[in-house]
Amino acid sequence: MSAALFFIAAIIAIIGAIGVVTLRNPLYAVLALVCHLVALAALFLLLRAEFVAAAQVVVYAGAVMVLYVFVVAYVGGGDEIKAGNSLRILGPMFAVALAIELFIAMLGTGLSGIKGHGARYKLGFGDPEHIGKLFLTDYLFAFEVASLLLLVAAIGAIVLARRRRGLEDDDVDFKTIRATPRPAYTGTIAEAVGVRRVLEQLEQAHGGASELVGAPRDSEAEDES
Amino acid sequence: MALGWYLAVSVLIFCIGSGGVLVRRNPLVILLCLELMLNAGNLALVTFARMHGGEAGQIFALIVMVVAACEVTVGLGLIVAISRRNLPIDVDELHELNG
Amino acid sequence: MSPTTWGWLVLLFPLLGTITIGLGFRTYSRAAGVIGTAAIGLAFVCAVGALISLLGRSGAHREVVSSLWNYDVSGGVDAGFQILVDPISVFMMLVVTGVSTLIHLYSTAYMRSDEGYSRYFAYLNYFVLSMLILVLGGNFVMLIIGWAFVGAASYLLISFWYRRSSATGAGIKAFVINVLGDVGLVLGTFFIFRHTHTVSFLGSFAAAPHVFHNDSTDLVAGCLLFLVGAFAKSAQVPLHTWLPDAMEGPTPVSSLIHAATMVTAGVYLIVRLHPLFQLAPTAGEVGAIIGCATLLIAGTIALVVTDIKRVIAYSTMSQIGYMIMGASAGAYSAALFHLMTHAFFKALLFMAAGSIIGAMAGSQSLDRMSGFRKAMPFTFACFIVGGLALSGIPPFSGWLSKDDIIAYLNNRGGVYEVLGILGYVGALLTGLYTFRMIFRAFFGDPSPEAVELEHGHIAHAEVPTNPANGEVEDTEVGFPGPEHVIAEREPAMKVAMGLLALAAVVGGFLQLPGVDHVIQNFLSTSLSDAPLASAAHEPSSSSAWAGLIIGAVIGLVGITMAYGVWVRRPGTAAKFQAALPWLHDFLVNKWYFDEAIDLVVVRPALAIGRFAQSVLERIVISGGVTGGVTGVVRSGSAAVRRAQTGVLRFYAAAVILGLSAVVLYFLISST
Repeated sequence: MSAALFFIAAIIAIIGAIGVVTLRNPLYAVLALVCHLVALAALFLLLRAEFVAAAQVVVYAGAVMVLYVFVVAYVGGGDEIKAGNSLRILGPMFAVALAIELFIAMLGTGLSGIKGHGARYKLGFGDPEHIGKLFLTDYLFAFEVASLLLLVAAIGAIVLARRRRGLEDDDVDFKTIRATPRPAYTGTIAEAVGVRRVLEQLEQAHGGASELVGAPRDSEAEDES
Repeated sequence: MALGWYLAVSVLIFCIGSGGVLVRRNPLVILLCLELMLNAGNLALVTFARMHGGEAGQIFALIVMVVAACEVTVGLGLIVAISRRNLPIDVDELHELNG
Repeated sequence: MSPTTWGWLVLLFPLLGTITIGLGFRTYSRAAGVIGTAAIGLAFVCAVGALISLLGRSGAHREVVSSLWNYDVSGGVDAGFQILVDPISVFMMLVVTGVSTLIHLYSTAYMRSDEGYSRYFAYLNYFVLSMLILVLGGNFVMLIIGWAFVGAASYLLISFWYRRSSATGAGIKAFVINVLGDVGLVLGTFFIFRHTHTVSFLGSFAAAPHVFHNDSTDLVAGCLLFLVGAFAKSAQVPLHTWLPDAMEGPTPVSSLIHAATMVTAGVYLIVRLHPLFQLAPTAGEVGAIIGCATLLIAGTIALVVTDIKRVIAYSTMSQIGYMIMGASAGAYSAALFHLMTHAFFKALLFMAAGSIIGAMAGSQSLDRMSGFRKAMPFTFACFIVGGLALSGIPPFSGWLSKDDIIAYLNNRGGVYEVLGILGYVGALLTGLYTFRMIFRAFFGDPSPEAVELEHGHIAHAEVPTNPANGEVEDTEVGFPGPEHVIAEREPAMKVAMGLLALAAVVGGFLQLPGVDHVIQNFLSTSLSDAPLASAAHEPSSSSAWAGLIIGAVIGLVGITMAYGVWVRRPGTAAKFQAALPWLHDFLVNKWYFDEAIDLVVVRPALAIGRFAQSVLERIVISGGVTGGVTGVVRSGSAAVRRAQTGVLRFYAAAVILGLSAVVLYFLISST
């Protein structure tokens, strides 16, 4: 029974993988991957990793792939021609070579346990309760680091993909932004010195001084900093 | 099923994924193939967890999933930024970091 | 005070003079001359003091050594900053300081209008200091130091008028040939040191008879190398080509360095190292033969050159040939005696030549000088005195000293007798060329400059020119000054020349055979270990007097021949020249020594240099070594750079390949 399930899930997984690799339309490739992920979840279940299977479906196939769908829809992509250089032939060849090597490694090294069905396990192996307990005791550090990693990735994604104001048009003139006088005693030393010197020259030329330097442009200057 | 079968499936999926990375030109699809490879690794990890009866492999697989999610996030952010600058979405065209 | 204290004082005064004038050369104008002369004068006084204190000691105690500090103690060499005061060094000290004082005095007038007046006196004091270090040195290291310093001083003074390219070229030539001599000297020291294991003179001389057997190869090699040094310094064939060119320096420099003192350093070397030369008779023979060859070659060349200073220079070369011949044969006291008298009359001749060159407004060519007898009586008298002394006419000093050497050679017999007879031939030549110079310059119709001088007014060239090649120059620093002086009008020059003339006349009476042997007795304590200098080898009084008479006769014959050719029948010389043009060319070109050296040494050296530059430097080193290394690095990095294509999938392929390789490695290593 489990053997039949295994074979069905395995074949679906492999077909999904091949689909990802060969389908032209990226949206179809995403869908093929979703299919593959669900099949993999089934395999996880067969291996008694219930929580992992659930996480696979909910997180991976559910969230990550949805994100993918959004991005594919936004970016587009469409049809593409296949690789036009030597890697078109060499690529699959490398992959095949790697596969052969790994098969030899796996089957030929006499890994104990390959022939077997697994060790005896306690009740509740793979339960969320067990996983949770392990996360918060033995693997606490990994847990915390993983959450930190998520935070960093989220900030990174925002920074990468935000729309920078003003950088889209070419009309914005950097010189005018730089030359805008800043409020007194703000900005870098060089800017302060440069602006002050210009203003001193202006004062000498026109006579009379003004205490507050560059008052009307305050809001825009603060926006830049 | 003997656990060796699971490992064989894992190897197959890993190699299919690596072939896809080498062959496809759309960065989105390349990221998808990377996901394939990561999943293959996950499968191997869970298999070994089952082999030895400890849940360490499953924990590892969960962390791998977290990492995969982060990586996808950042990678997709990059692709969005690329497309926003109207550059071609083709890794062969984006080769300015050469020496 | 002990002799060595006097010896240190003798070294101190010229040192102080050099430092004072050298550091303050901008502040001094006329004071430099006074300071320089006073310094050397004080040194002379201290030398006399050393003589007196040495005479106060008995014979065996007349070799005194004093060391100030350990100069070089390393690897078996124990060289202190050491002086050796013994009769030989005292004798040399007296000659050097005495003649130097007079020349300093002469220079105060001669160089009066030169812009480099203080620089001149600094250099001259430095030279005297170096020469004194050379003669006072108590070990080989001090000797080498003095030797090198003297070479440097010679270079500085020859190229004193440094804006003249002929002068700087001559200075370089002198220095290069000198360095050859330095090499010989240092290598010779090593050869001796290897066996005696000491560098001090007294130690080496004591050890030499025990360490070297007669004519051992190392000793002969060492002595021959010393002779190379002596020949380079004393301008013997074939290392003589620098001396005529050295006449580019001011005339007082020529008189001091290239007549009286520096060129005699080679003679001093042989006399000082006589214990070593006694044990290596082969080296002595070589030295004597070269000395004889030089005196004949130089004598023949002096017959045809027309530059008055070069005539006197070749005469110097010839007379030093006599000294070297005598010293190599064993006539040490005779050689030193001739050194002393030669210093007197040669310095006198140069000074007088300086006077007549001043009258000629800087021109030195005998072709343009004639009939100065009435215009310059004092200079004429000095020339006559010096010329008679040089030619060996009684009772002048040169007669006694030169024939002393020849008599000793004849007494020694064998090959030395042949050399002695050739010495008489040389004496004939000496009389000839000396009086050729005097008759041409002072007899005959007065030249325009002489006529001007008779009217009481020194000739003046409108545009100063280089007498050697006629290039136009100015009178600023680096060139001679605008004023030309003659001895008749300068008291300083008259005093100096007068004293030297007096010495040239009476100096010979220090060593009259059979009557008194002042010098020989004085030096005998140092030469006691020299069998060749013992009484057995001394010619008897009668044979000495016979030699003296023959020498006098030959000298007079020479003078008479010169009189006949150049005064009585003025066209005779031109007829000889027309009859034997090839001989004249051969002699005027100085026996083609310069050309031979150019062919054998200079051109191969230049060719090697050019080859090294074009092949070794350019191709091997720049191209092969540095170019090759950089080329390898550059192509290696270019090859590696090709892997950085920027295409993502290539990088991915590289990762996968690497992964496969790692897996393969682990597969293989685990089986």
